Amino acid sequence: MVAEALKAELSQAATAARAALSGVPATPGAEKPDPIMSAVGVRRSFGGIVAVDVDRVGIQRGSITALIGPNGAGKTTFFNLMTGFDKPDTGTWSFNGTPLEKVAAHKTAAMGMVRTFQLTKSLTKMSVIENMKLGATDQTGEKWWNGIFPFRWRAEETAIEARADELLRRFSLDHMRNEYAGTLSGGQRKLLEMSRALMTKPQLVMLDEPMAGVNPALKQSLNRHIRGLRDEGMTVLFVEHDMDMVHDLSDWVIVMAEGRIIAEGTPDQISSNTAVIDAYLGAHQGKSFLEDM
Amino acid sequence: MLAAFTDINWQLIATATLTAVFGVDAMYFAIAAIGLNVQFGYAGLLNFGQAGFMACGAYAIGMTAHYWHISFWWGIPMAIAYATVFGLIMGIPTLRLRSDYLAIVTIALAELVRLIVRSVTFKKYFAGSDGINGFGKTFTEETPFNPSGKYSLWPFDDNANMFGRILLLLIFAGMSVMLGRMIAARLSAGNKALRMTLPLVVFGIVMVGAKQTEYGGLGFKSLIVGWLIVFVLGALVYMLMRSPWGRVVKGIREDEEAVRSLGKNIYSYKLQALILGGAIATFAGMMFSLSRGSVQPDNYSRDVTFFVLTALVLGGLGKVTGSIVGPMLYWGISQFISVFLNELTKVWGGHVDIFGVPVITNPSQVGAYVQIALGLMLIFLMVFRPQGLFGNRKEMALDGR
Repeated sequence: MVAEALKAELSQAATAARAALSGVPATPGAEKPDPIMSAVGVRRSFGGIVAVDVDRVGIQRGSITALIGPNGAGKTTFFNLMTGFDKPDTGTWSFNGTPLEKVAAHKTAAMGMVRTFQLTKSLTKMSVIENMKLGATDQTGEKWWNGIFPFRWRAEETAIEARADELLRRFSLDHMRNEYAGTLSGGQRKLLEMSRALMTKPQLVMLDEPMAGVNPALKQSLNRHIRGLRDEGMTVLFVEHDMDMVHDLSDWVIVMAEGRIIAEGTPDQISSNTAVIDAYLGAHQGKSFLEDM
Repeated sequence: MLAAFTDINWQLIATATLTAVFGVDAMYFAIAAIGLNVQFGYAGLLNFGQAGFMACGAYAIGMTAHYWHISFWWGIPMAIAYATVFGLIMGIPTLRLRSDYLAIVTIALAELVRLIVRSVTFKKYFAGSDGINGFGKTFTEETPFNPSGKYSLWPFDDNANMFGRILLLLIFAGMSVMLGRMIAARLSAGNKALRMTLPLVVFGIVMVGAKQTEYGGLGFKSLIVGWLIVFVLGALVYMLMRSPWGRVVKGIREDEEAVRSLGKNIYSYKLQALILGGAIATFAGMMFSLSRGSVQPDNYSRDVTFFVLTALVLGGLGKVTGSIVGPMLYWGISQFISVFLNELTKVWGGHVDIFGVPVITNPSQVGAYVQIALGLMLIFLMVFRPQGLFGNRKEMALDGR
């Protein structure tokens, strides 16, 4: 059944995304026809080390874009910069045309941009459903003066809970609904974090290594879930090391190495790109990166 | 040696212990602990300056008489204003940093408050180390209680009036139902019979205990008002922690970054929790001052913060019941040890020897042993029941991220 899902024909959303990207040249910093997020001249250094130095990058709306690169390439730092968790030394970046330089990290979620973390951050001493409900943005009851009066937030809470339950069912976590998040397995935590992120009703979902440490069966279901996001009209940007997964899932691949974007293109273009092979060869002593990844 | 045990005045010990359980110290500690629980138990903010917030309340009420010369009722809004300013001073520079920095700054600022209010330079405002007396006369003088009379919490006491009787019965009944149900849920969840009978058992124990208590008339009104405030604030925090606001705050305790990624302004929530907990603690300072009729700067020194923290940990962090029952037990136990050792010293002829080693040679040494015993108790608590009496063991066992 899993294999069937994988081999299934491209959905409408996928076909549209690939068609939109087909005219884009496979060069670093290529202009996208309809970018949901774009960054120009973003640079971040820690002491003498330049962690991120991106001249120009855009993420096509409605696509699944993979961000790959060897360890220490600056992928997570780039995530942190885009979502306001870290501030770059220079550069401008925008989401849906809104400049984000002066937007605090917590405001990006309300704008429709949500991220997950490489090391899963489940709120272990809260139940799964409480974790989920926390994800809903702009709740009336989150103001303390409203919190004291349950009648002011009850109705909203019921609606949020219904939405949370629906997401839990979709991610097959409904049986763990009332358990502490700390009792979940590593893979389930990944699922919880992703579904919690969806509670914010995002337009752009940024997943930092969603498949790290997850068993193959769960990987396939995560794969399906990520495709599902695109089918619902969301844009996905994800960091991943599993090249089969990247090849299988993504409409567009961005390759980073030593903080820079060294290549962009469709998965097929990337696997034959010499710059990419060179970047990986440095660290992999002559082996094909496809083998090792 | 054993015969001496029968000579001990157990009646005296029981009265002293139970009086302390419901006493002024337990009352104002409970208020302070409810506040500290919001900050430390729920939001995970390591506030070591609760005494500073308590001083805000005490001085707000004292200054109405000493400096402003206005009705003492103005003390309440002023206390909340002071707590807000104090919380902002503490929080703004530190809450963006790791929690350790908050701990350092709070302990320093609370001490700073004490040094300022007792300084000669600001004597005009805060009356220096003499403290302030003669405030809140409308509160302390218009009481139905005779200052030289003896009062107990026994609702059918000769001195009690109808209103007082009903009030006491209601408080005890509410308390017993809450505690009884909680214990029943712990022992065996879903056991209906236990759920019905345990509150009655607790009610019986509380009533028998209440009959033993004995208070002077002077602070009795503040005691009653104080316990009412405990219940009101406890209910408020309970409601708040079940609301979405409480959910965000508890989330911040678990992992700030995760909560921030979900679009919550964690800095603002942490400030809110710090100030809310502080504003609650000002009531502790107010009630303590009113019960004594005086404000003394040295009642708000560092050790008060740590005793409140100890009482809270004893009861259980992150539980409203824990923050109320913890201080009651803390004062009950310390009073029990203190009076028991005093009695023992008296019965054994002015000194206590264990296997020939003189342990207590002078009644004035008893105080130190109380501290030692409480310290040992806390150590054993941490080893065998780290979640406190009312904490959740399951929650405690889930660690790591």
